[in-house]
Amino acid sequence: MSAASARTQASTKPAPSPALPTAEQHGIKEHSDGRFGYVPVQTRSARFKSVNAADFAAVTGREAVWKYSPVARFTDLTAGELDGSTYEYTVTDAPGVTVDWVGRDDARIGTAGLPEERASANAWTTFERALAITVTGEDEKEITLSRANLGSAPRAAHTIIEARPFSHATVILQNNGDARLSENVEIILGDSANLTVITVQEWNADAVQLASHFATIGRDARLKHIVVSLGGSIVRVNPAVHLAGPGSDTELLGLYFADAGQHLEQQVYVDHIAPHTRSRVTYKGALQGAGARTVWIGDVLIGPGASGTDSYEQNRNLVLSEGTRADSVPNLEIETGDILGAGHASATGRFDDEQLFYLQSRGITEDEARRLVVRGFLSEVVQKIGSRPLEDRLHAAIEAELAVTEVR
Amino acid sequence: MSVLEIKDLHVSVETDQGTTQILRGVNLTINEGEIHAIMGPNGSGKSTLAYTIAGHPKYHVESGTIQLDGEDVLAMTVDARARAGLFLAMQYPVEIPGVSVTNFLRTAKTAIDGTAPPIRTWIKDVRESMTRLRMDKSFAERNVNEGFSGGEKKRNEILQLELLKPKFAVLDETDSGLDVDALKIVSEGVNRAKENTGLGILLITHYTRILRYIKPDFVHVFVNGRIAEQGGPELADRLEDEGYDRYLAESNVN
Ligand SMILES: Nc1ncnc2c1ncn2[C@@H]1O[C@H](COP(=O)(O)OP(=O)(O)OP(=O)(O)O)[C@@H](O)[C@H]1O
Ligand SMILES: [Mg+2]
Repeated sequence: MSAASARTQASTKPAPSPALPTAEQHGIKEHSDGRFGYVPVQTRSARFKSVNAADFAAVTGREAVWKYSPVARFTDLTAGELDGSTYEYTVTDAPGVTVDWVGRDDARIGTAGLPEERASANAWTTFERALAITVTGEDEKEITLSRANLGSAPRAAHTIIEARPFSHATVILQNNGDARLSENVEIILGDSANLTVITVQEWNADAVQLASHFATIGRDARLKHIVVSLGGSIVRVNPAVHLAGPGSDTELLGLYFADAGQHLEQQVYVDHIAPHTRSRVTYKGALQGAGARTVWIGDVLIGPGASGTDSYEQNRNLVLSEGTRADSVPNLEIETGDILGAGHASATGRFDDEQLFYLQSRGITEDEARRLVVRGFLSEVVQKIGSRPLEDRLHAAIEAELAVTEVR
Repeated sequence: MSVLEIKDLHVSVETDQGTTQILRGVNLTINEGEIHAIMGPNGSGKSTLAYTIAGHPKYHVESGTIQLDGEDVLAMTVDARARAGLFLAMQYPVEIPGVSVTNFLRTAKTAIDGTAPPIRTWIKDVRESMTRLRMDKSFAERNVNEGFSGGEKKRNEILQLELLKPKFAVLDETDSGLDVDALKIVSEGVNRAKENTGLGILLITHYTRILRYIKPDFVHVFVNGRIAEQGGPELADRLEDEGYDRYLAESNVN
């Protein structure tokens, strides 16, 4: 479960290396590669980073970050040329929140994190302007930024969400329509800021999205980050959160429902840097239909300076039919002896026949019982979203997902 | 006048060692308004009988019949049996994460009646039943059986019994895990249901203490998958004094 990681300089050399440890081996075993010889165990924070796509070798699918993904189906995003121009969006108004396009020289760019894989770097290399959402003001407020016309040509995007010190807001990123998108989202929380970011993926059935979210959290600030993936062919949203300020706190939630043929992936990384930081990760997913595929990787790193850390991560998957596959890989690295708590749980279960029997024995039909249980299973996450209209809409969307599979 | 009739029921279950016979010819007729107590040693098949009546898929009926007012219960799905008027208060009620008691009760009531209950009277009915069962209001918003104590789970079963108004209820060790106060409260709930709806009851128990509050018309001794003896309430007292040794010895000879 926990592994004190060996730290060696060699692992940070900026060589394009497909020889990163695999997810299971990560932090536990050495891994060898024919071309580069031994690459030592590498702590999560020591992964190679670059904003230039050319610094990464061509993606093979054997890399730790790609090994669960159908890489052949999006070579245009990892190796091709992307359209980095600005795109159409709509946004609701709230006092204290501004949204505008900013240049590549904006001082915030690159402060929350840097690409660790080629699709992310490709987007970073290409984007022309970044869409910046700046949040000020202590009053609680909510905005929704919607993208629905990204088109089906490969494109790059870069988004900045900055919550200034003491500000308080919920930012909903609503995604619909077609997309072949590689993008980076930087989330920057000033001291004592309180920000909720909800990214909802309800793309058209053919859409492909590869998203990296990077967050850095200031002193006593709190980030709630929620990934909801329902629609799209391949949807990969990888949040990396750096608890940089003492007393900073993050809650990372995820909710996904994979239908036949869908690939929904999330690689979650929580980096405890400062003392007295806290993290909670809860991702829940349902799978139904032939070829429905989900991936969850949860890396938690408790660094040498992160004394008093309190951390817990869990992933649960509910398998509703045959022919699905859910990968769930928690990794915990602890580099300080002085922590409050650190744990993880991961479970993938079939639909529970005893629950079904109990509900049916009260007169409820099998279909209705399934709906109740799935809705109940996922509602643990839905209930934590905190935006009532969105919660109601997601409940309806989940019912719709179930209804689709009943027709089959 | 409703009747639940069980005739020569043989039931098996699949185990790692193959098919195991559990029920070996159960005969039992329960009329509307009657209370039948079933007592028997651990593993004799009491819960198997209860689950078989309710239609649990693990139990295979090899032969015999179960009829409710002449209708073939064994041909019905689990939910159809409930809609036909059968109810099982389980020995180990199941937790349903994410489904609130309120939502569950309303869904079940709607399924059983075929239409949604009128909101105002329904809310009042639920609240009153909960009050009488000394269930705190907060249970309504909690997930079904999740984190409930043993006794709270049993109360929740009886709450459903009162609200769903079945014709026949099987109570599988509803008394186990209840302290004296809870036992009284739960028994009152069962008696109320019987008075209000003429419910017929199959009460499975190990102890006579619940029979002080729920008076049986008949007592059946259940041993080795069948009814070994039946009598009136006095049989229960004798069982409590003497235990099942007599019957076990007999059944071993067979
Ligand atoms: N699902 C099952 N799988 C395997 N064996 C089972 C199953 N259900 C019951 N049995 C076996 O059948 C026998 C009867 O079990 P049952 O639960 O009906 O007994 P019981 O009379 O209710 O006992 P208790 O008083 O302990 O509740 C036992 O030997 C039990 O192990
Ligand atoms: Mg039993």
